[in-house]
Amino acid sequence: MKGSLIIVSFFLLGIVGGRLCGLPDILPLADISFAALCALMGCVGFSVGHEPSTIARFRNLNPGLAFLPLCTVAGTLAGSAAASLLTPHSMSEGMAVGAGFGYYSLSSILITGSKGPELGTVALLSNIIREIITLLCAPLLARWFGRLAPIAAGGATTADTTLPIITRASGQELAVVSIYHGFVVDFSVPFLVTFLCGF
Amino acid sequence: MFTVIGFMLAGIAAGYLSRRRSVRGVSQAITVLIWALLFLLGWEVGSNRQLLEALPRLGGEAFVLSAGGTLGSVLAAWALWKATLRGRKKGGRS
Repeated sequence: MKGSLIIVSFFLLGIVGGRLCGLPDILPLADISFAALCALMGCVGFSVGHEPSTIARFRNLNPGLAFLPLCTVAGTLAGSAAASLLTPHSMSEGMAVGAGFGYYSLSSILITGSKGPELGTVALLSNIIREIITLLCAPLLARWFGRLAPIAAGGATTADTTLPIITRASGQELAVVSIYHGFVVDFSVPFLVTFLCGF
Repeated sequence: MFTVIGFMLAGIAAGYLSRRRSVRGVSQAITVLIWALLFLLGWEVGSNRQLLEALPRLGGEAFVLSAGGTLGSVLAAWALWKATLRGRKKGGRS
């Protein structure tokens, strides 16, 4: 809980800083974020490689876990379709927003292109919120719905941004499942979003 | 995406090569980098006036959609978790 509160305060501090100072001119923010992300992934990889027993533990995992990306996609689309009934958007629009699976940059661009800026903004916010939900609630999700739940919630982000928090909440031995899951779901985003925007 | 994965593979290789030595501070570095990335994400949202002004109007709809989608995926993962656990027990693990 303390860890989650610290994370939220850093996020809020960032909002205040951005509101007061705007974007820096000298260094693009996206480049700094990307460099930090690469450093983060290097560290995560290091801690996985430093502990060779992690890979041995993966061999003991159930092969049924290969179906996890399918569960994520089917569950997300069903949940988004149901949730869209509470919004002014159609069921296919709700599913298109859900099919970003946390990959907010790509899905919001695709949706803005075919459905306009309003649904594009909803897609951006919704997928940022999904990533934040995963980052903040991973330990709770693991406790309530089993250790696969944080991976499913992370959607397309489980191979990079949410991987560190998932390995904390679900255990180091599920890191490989998380990376595999992130790859498959990430790959499905452009296809599913484009397809669902066609309705 | 592929650059990021490349950095992780390099990290795995470096970690594997130095597995016999004890390396300190990796866990702390991960924690600090997570803080930095969320700070930067917040900065990006805070400096985008359009995004900030749209937050109350569209944020509610976005929240409903992401909550529904996340809940759906989590329930499906829960079902798979239960199924794989049962499979393990049948496999003779005590």
